[in-house]
Amino acid sequence: MTRAFSDLHLRVNPKDQQATRKIIIKAARFRYTQISIPFTSNLNEEELTKLKATCTESGLDFVSRADFRPRSENELTHFLRKFRRRFEVICVICDSKEVARQAAKDRRVDLLSFPSLDHHKRFFDRAEAELASCSLAALEVDIKPLLILEGPPRVRLLTSLRREVALAREFKVPTVVSSGVAEERLMRLPRDLASLTFLFGLDEAQALEATSTNPAAIVARNREKLSNRFVAPGISIIKEGKPS
Amino acid sequence: MKRVKRRYLFLQLECDSVPAEREFVDAVWASVTKLYGEVGASLTGLALINFDAERKVAVLRVTLATLSMMRASLAAITSIAGKEAAVNVVGVSGTLKALYARVQ
Repeated sequence: MTRAFSDLHLRVNPKDQQATRKIIIKAARFRYTQISIPFTSNLNEEELTKLKATCTESGLDFVSRADFRPRSENELTHFLRKFRRRFEVICVICDSKEVARQAAKDRRVDLLSFPSLDHHKRFFDRAEAELASCSLAALEVDIKPLLILEGPPRVRLLTSLRREVALAREFKVPTVVSSGVAEERLMRLPRDLASLTFLFGLDEAQALEATSTNPAAIVARNREKLSNRFVAPGISIIKEGKPS
Repeated sequence: MKRVKRRYLFLQLECDSVPAEREFVDAVWASVTKLYGEVGASLTGLALINFDAERKVAVLRVTLATLSMMRASLAAITSIAGKEAAVNVVGVSGTLKALYARVQ
């Protein structure tokens, strides 16, 4: 059976229809099965429907995802309350320790992202990993910085990623590897994307899990939760009886 | 002495212009040395087997022990001769015969 690959972070602007279409077609050509283009909090249902239609046309499964960069714990909880049920995947970009800790604790958060290149602003430490392992959050790693950076900044980023990925493995926090690219030229074949994770210490099996099994599991879990038949984890409505 | 196991990689180049064979090889070596240094690059046993500029495809030979290193280095290529480019690994095999059979 062929492996199904996902790229949950294609950072194209959904309003730029031409660029979006190009990226979608290329993702289909590269044989990804699931892709996601993040929306911010100002969701446009029409754009989302259009994107889904374009993806279906190309034989791709579109996953609705929202990225949020909260400034405080309160802003994060407010956002989650408002948007959790409208998106299949929720990613929190952690710019402060306070937000990172709250996001790791909250079971409504799917992905934790630490985009800063400054290692003082990357908050995925032992405490964060322990909190994330108790909730359902996964660590998201974008490959784009590895492609565009050179020299000392890339070395520093690799050091941080190696440490974070090792911590995630120790605390059994799933790692999700995404491209994070906005340009078509920086897109890579799924196995090439996975091979880049070798640079920060993932072996082949872990790399393939991070690009296929882990993201697919998050999407499947959330789709089940968002379906009308869901009651509680492990309990769903199979058949409805007729009123007597 | 133990026989060195090798792997052949079938590559598809993505670029607007057609790079020369020398430019492509230089880009591969530059990426490997940038990521793994000269010692690392010396372990790869890298050799260009075939380069078809018209179809923008190439075949490389590397040692099995450094296959992951090579795949990462090839994926990290973003330009060839100063022009935007990407190198996709379409197939990997232990023999050239099987490689060509697989990609055709």
